[in-house]
Amino acid sequence: MIPVNYYIALSAVLFTIGALGVLIRRNPLIIFMSVELMLNAANLAIVAFANVYQTFSGQIFVFFVIAVAAAEVAVGLALLVEIFKSRKNINVDDLNSLKG
Amino acid sequence: MTSELIVFLVLALISVAAALGMLLSQNAVYSALFLVLNFVTVALFYLLLGAPFIAMSQITVYAGAIMVLFLFVIMLLGVENLKPAQALAWQKPLAIVLALGLALEALYLIFTRAQISGVTLAPDASANSMESLRNMALTLFNQYLLPFEITSILLLAAMVGVIALARQEKAKS
Repeated sequence: MIPVNYYIALSAVLFTIGALGVLIRRNPLIIFMSVELMLNAANLAIVAFANVYQTFSGQIFVFFVIAVAAAEVAVGLALLVEIFKSRKNINVDDLNSLKG
Repeated sequence: MTSELIVFLVLALISVAAALGMLLSQNAVYSALFLVLNFVTVALFYLLLGAPFIAMSQITVYAGAIMVLFLFVIMLLGVENLKPAQALAWQKPLAIVLALGLALEALYLIFTRAQISGVTLAPDASANSMESLRNMALTLFNQYLLPFEITSILLLAAMVGVIALARQEKAKS
């Protein structure tokens, strides 16, 4: 019997680490991984609540989130490969062509 | 302290340590491997919460497919070690302070203000049985059939988009 607060707190900590990764890392691949970590933290909270309310709906939502994340990663990584092909560099500090 | 709580605390420790390892590794390959460890611990949390199907999906889709894709792209592009070119020197300390503030406020609110009552139930023998999987499949294909089909369209659109992105170069030359 674990209080649901513990799972939500763990989820919050993992989410914060992901947010910190997006803010301080300059490698777009690691920024991407941090986004995945944040998605996972949200999933953990959803499954914990689904367990409290004893319903399958929460688990099914998490299943959809996993499917959407897979699609998002495929497109995002393809974009990164294209950027690297055209610029030979994917450091996010140097990607400022749109800067006015 | 029940054995379940001990399992939870140890797993939580490993999961947070793996996340920090992902954040702090200079080599992107190590980051990806730490993230795989984190995904596996989260899958174990799903088992603790009585969601075996989600746990297995987590392992196959996240720890398997997505992270292999990440490793493949990291090694294909050879960007294991990007030089840390900090454009804004004040950004890092500010980000750390803001993230600490976010974490502390979230934890404070969760433990004092939010009226989250109830405990998560330990999965009994029935939670991990075939009967439970069957019930979940019935819910998925009755109540959530339309979202399920829309997900398949989304995956198809992503696939077409990725193929279009990859083919562009050839069409030009």
